[in-house]
Amino acid sequence: MQPRAFTVRAVRRHTADTATLTLEAVDRVPLPFAPGQFTMIGRPGLAEVPISISGDPAEPGHLEQTVRSVGDATAALVAARPGDRLLVRGPYGTGWAVPDAVGGDLVIVAGGIGLAPLRPALLQILRRRAMYRRVVLVYGSRTPDQLLFRAQLDRWRELVDVTVTVDAATPGWRGSVGLVTGLLPAELDPGRTRALVCGPEVMMRLTAEAMMARGLGADRIEISMERDMKCGIGLCGHCQLRELFVCMDGPVLGYDRVRPLLTVRGL
Amino acid sequence: MAVPRELLAEHPLFVGLNDEVLSVTADCAVDVRAGADEIVFRTGDPADRCYLVLRGRIALDLVAEGGERLVVDTVDDGGVVGLAWLVPPYRWYLDARAVEPTSAIAVDAVRLRALWDQHPGLGYVMLRRLVAAMYERMQSARVRLLDVYGRHT
Repeated sequence: MQPRAFTVRAVRRHTADTATLTLEAVDRVPLPFAPGQFTMIGRPGLAEVPISISGDPAEPGHLEQTVRSVGDATAALVAARPGDRLLVRGPYGTGWAVPDAVGGDLVIVAGGIGLAPLRPALLQILRRRAMYRRVVLVYGSRTPDQLLFRAQLDRWRELVDVTVTVDAATPGWRGSVGLVTGLLPAELDPGRTRALVCGPEVMMRLTAEAMMARGLGADRIEISMERDMKCGIGLCGHCQLRELFVCMDGPVLGYDRVRPLLTVRGL
Repeated sequence: MAVPRELLAEHPLFVGLNDEVLSVTADCAVDVRAGADEIVFRTGDPADRCYLVLRGRIALDLVAEGGERLVVDTVDDGGVVGLAWLVPPYRWYLDARAVEPTSAIAVDAVRLRALWDQHPGLGYVMLRRLVAAMYERMQSARVRLLDVYGRHT
């Protein structure tokens, strides 16, 4: 697929190394996507990187992508300014099975920048809130000043249960301190609950195991995997996880498929 | 005044336990409340109570130089505050502070330890539950040491 040119319309800086870019296609053609999908995005002349779409799927004319600076390519994206041109391919990959949760309960667990790939799912759920029973968001971050979308978290509290926790508090913090696993609902309805989990792999694995300890089947837990992706279309093999290509079979995968692979050395 | 057995039975630490355990423990317990920012216990105080949070949030603070409070952990609804009452010299090594209005059951640890000495079977049942709570707290501390959010994949 050929890259499309997008213009940066706005930059929201969450922290020193993380920003959400709002982009508009130069040709004004919207980019529809499913919550959980990603694009390959980069500055002209620089490497492209896989970045999850973090915006509202009901507004495909404005593409939002949340980037954390971890290298040269992502640093260049985080440093973008309104008016800059970026190249985008996609969307690629699988999305969260939000429609499968209609009529049931949802437990959404985000860690760090993992909230970004879950945000489109949350926005979709909030638009149709009455179609779901209990919806819980548990969000963990390293410190309070690294929380993303803080203002939205307060608005989301009006419609869903939101609990935020940090690994290390700063002066004045009155929220929870500890792991997200310590804040999961004590009791679940296993037959009517689905879990969506995104964050560091250790966090996703511990969360999924904690959900299973509460009776939830691995097939009702989805996680968003991250691997070194180069092509995004299943050709280069960089993101391969045994028989799975994270760029095509994922990034959203059922925990039942990926659980045996997460602790294999070298994968 | 002792707390009703039924109130104790609702706390996750006591769910499913038999009437004997509930009765013996309820007799050693009282209902307590703390307002926002109220100190529940201080570092160095005798660890003579076990607190079972019913509703609210307790912060466990390490008091550093200049009196700065460093929150090392929080305990919410259904949690257990205070484990130093199990280990000599039975002194708190952290402050406990209610972050918001909090209600809890405070169990007299001195009476409880004496009862368990007389009836080890009771103690064994409760210690298994308490060890599970300690284990979870230890795992949480270990994982937080990894700083998973700070690592780049």
